[in-house]
Amino acid sequence: MAAPTANPQHTPTPVSGTIAVAMSGGVDSSAVAAILKAEGHQIVGLTLQLWNQRRLRPESDGEPEAVTGRCCSLDDVYDARRVAEQVGIPYYVVNQQERFEADVIRPFVSEYLAGRTPIPCTLCNNHLKFDQLLLTAQSIGADRIATGHYARNEFSPERNRWILMRPADHAKDQTYFLFGLTQHQLSRTLFPLGHMTKPEVRIRAAEHGLALAAKPDSQEICFIPDGDYKRFISAYLAEQGEQLPDTAGDMVAPTGEILGHHDGIHNFTVGQRKGLGVSTANPLYVLQVDAANHRIVAGSEDELLSHTLRARNLNWISIPALTAPMRVQVKIRHRHQPAWATITATAPDEVTAEFDEPQRAITPGQAAVFYHNDEVVGGGWIL
Amino acid sequence: MQTGDFSLSRIYMDANATTPLLPEVLDTMRPYFLESFGNASSIHQVGQQARAAVEQAREHVANLIHCRPAEIVFTSGGTESDNLALFGLLEPGDQLITTRIEHHAVLHSGEALSKLGVHVTWLGCDARGIISGDALREALEFEISPGVRPRRRLVSIMMANNETGVIQPIAQLAFIAHQAGALFHTDAVQAGGKIPIDIPTLGVDLLTLAGHKMHAPLGTGILFARRGLQLKPLFHGGSHERRRRPGTENLPGIVGLGRAAQLAKDWLASAGNDSGPEKLAALRDRLEQGVLAAVPQTGVNGFGPHGEFVRRVPNTANIYFDHVEGEALVIALDLKGICVSGGSACSSGAVEPSHVLMAMGHTADRARASLRFSLSKLNTDADVDKLLAVLPDAVARLRQLSPKAQQQTLRREADALA
Repeated sequence: MAAPTANPQHTPTPVSGTIAVAMSGGVDSSAVAAILKAEGHQIVGLTLQLWNQRRLRPESDGEPEAVTGRCCSLDDVYDARRVAEQVGIPYYVVNQQERFEADVIRPFVSEYLAGRTPIPCTLCNNHLKFDQLLLTAQSIGADRIATGHYARNEFSPERNRWILMRPADHAKDQTYFLFGLTQHQLSRTLFPLGHMTKPEVRIRAAEHGLALAAKPDSQEICFIPDGDYKRFISAYLAEQGEQLPDTAGDMVAPTGEILGHHDGIHNFTVGQRKGLGVSTANPLYVLQVDAANHRIVAGSEDELLSHTLRARNLNWISIPALTAPMRVQVKIRHRHQPAWATITATAPDEVTAEFDEPQRAITPGQAAVFYHNDEVVGGGWIL
Repeated sequence: MQTGDFSLSRIYMDANATTPLLPEVLDTMRPYFLESFGNASSIHQVGQQARAAVEQAREHVANLIHCRPAEIVFTSGGTESDNLALFGLLEPGDQLITTRIEHHAVLHSGEALSKLGVHVTWLGCDARGIISGDALREALEFEISPGVRPRRRLVSIMMANNETGVIQPIAQLAFIAHQAGALFHTDAVQAGGKIPIDIPTLGVDLLTLAGHKMHAPLGTGILFARRGLQLKPLFHGGSHERRRRPGTENLPGIVGLGRAAQLAKDWLASAGNDSGPEKLAALRDRLEQGVLAAVPQTGVNGFGPHGEFVRRVPNTANIYFDHVEGEALVIALDLKGICVSGGSACSSGAVEPSHVLMAMGHTADRARASLRFSLSKLNTDADVDKLLAVLPDAVARLRQLSPKAQQQTLRREADALA
């Protein structure tokens, strides 16, 4: 790949061969298809059908296909198909519902039941979008995939590695969800929007005559459009004929003092204030979900602060491995201001991050992503 | 690898999904869009011309399947005809006997009727895809309570399967139904224009045909309903089609269907290896044998476990490619300009592997690895050559990338290390 130039957004994407664009029916991926096509590339549009939005909907929801603008809704597939037709590219819907259920939905549910707070988008990226989609793309004769993620991806000849970087539009940065990408996946992936801001992307979409240029962004977890993950977990287990494990137990202070009772650990996440069901003089926050003992440890906001975290199942991007302590900025959730820390390998496939300043609500199940300036050094899953 | 030129000319091998309109059919239809545009119910001359054209077309269709013209009801297509047959006859408390390999138009109608209180009996098939007479006999023994049979019983079994092309012994099955006093409907959508259909020999009471599977326009079809059979219409309106199907006749469509029926009759009658069904069957056999010879780990769905002979329509080949994701192979071939289908078009995009192949006892993996090639008289030897030139590489590429194949490679490597 060519080195960055002074005016990168006008540099055509320098690759040859067919590119498969992952099209969700949203503005970003639609703009990618239009931009790459206009640059003269041979394009195929692919949409992964991951989830049937009609499955597990609340019973009160009688409207057919009431949710729109969500991943894999019929409306989104319709929009993606219309864009493909308008841009003039072949377009296919690829069914990956079984794999999505096995690799994203199942782990999502079991993580909550184990007292952790999962990130399904990262699992989807690791297992579906940059794994299965790339395989499908290659198997139908495309060399690379392009997505509408806000991230940059360049090859560094000095380091002989592909480097994932934060995008020009830091407000739209999606690198937190992409830390699991392997060198092979990065070498086959294009992020054409990495140099643009969201308003620029909307303008480009409008310039290409795409009717959905003003379509709102999707926010929630795509398979839980109403945001009620507790209802989703109950409904999923009921559908599978499984019992929601009874994890009701005590709500305790860090001292062990019993503050009250709770009706299941999956209803809690570290840092949560609402819905604790205990009234105290000072606001109470969930400090820890103790899955083994069915206990929720609650305390003051100060007690949420922590200087260290441990992360496992690591993936390194800008470095081959962590061989010596390294100064990095660490992001512990999507909407977190990265904080300075020193990371040290403390066990095989495990690092410990020592923060300069204590961080609020370090949450097991979330990812810790390490940055050096705009580069993603790597990341792992918080223990 | 560079994917082929997307604008290249296409080779169409998906005739069981739909067929191109023949130019002769369009020529016959054209005046009925423009100068002879009438409403066949009108009294005036323009209306009379329309009426004459509709009745002429009815005769052509009747000639194709050997029935009385008055027994033909024009509809919007196969789905409507199937619905008219089933919903037009059955009331709550009646019995429907049908199969697990039907098209969704019958399958889902059966499910809907079941919810309305019709007793529905589902028949399975053997490994070749054939419905047995014994299974039908047993289903006809059904009693609501000891000694009480349903008031009316209807058997609905397709003539030829859309996915495999396998032909059912309809005459024999209809005979069994009639012996037990039941009525018999067959969805002959995939048989129409491909094999001779002779109502007197078949002995069926109702039969469905769709225009667009035999080079007539989309949105046309017929239900043959034996004289004297009382059908409740699906829609409410005028007294068209002898009160069986209200709505102003789709004049150009009906004219096109009539012409296509004429042409189909001629084509079916043309004998010899150079024309007609025998030529088409020879082309299909060449395709099948060519694929099996050129691509390892493949086979034809629709033969018994020991390769027993089974009657199939002459245009359909359903072939499995082990360790291949059929969906991806369809896309890969499309990008090379070859249009085929995985399973039936109606289930493309659905999660479920083909219900037909599953009913035949194949695994879900085998069903997902299966492709349907369906030819028409417009396909040529050159089309098959092009397919055989492109297919082996496409399959090899898919197999190389398939997760299963990769796992096997990893396992081999691990074994080699151990």
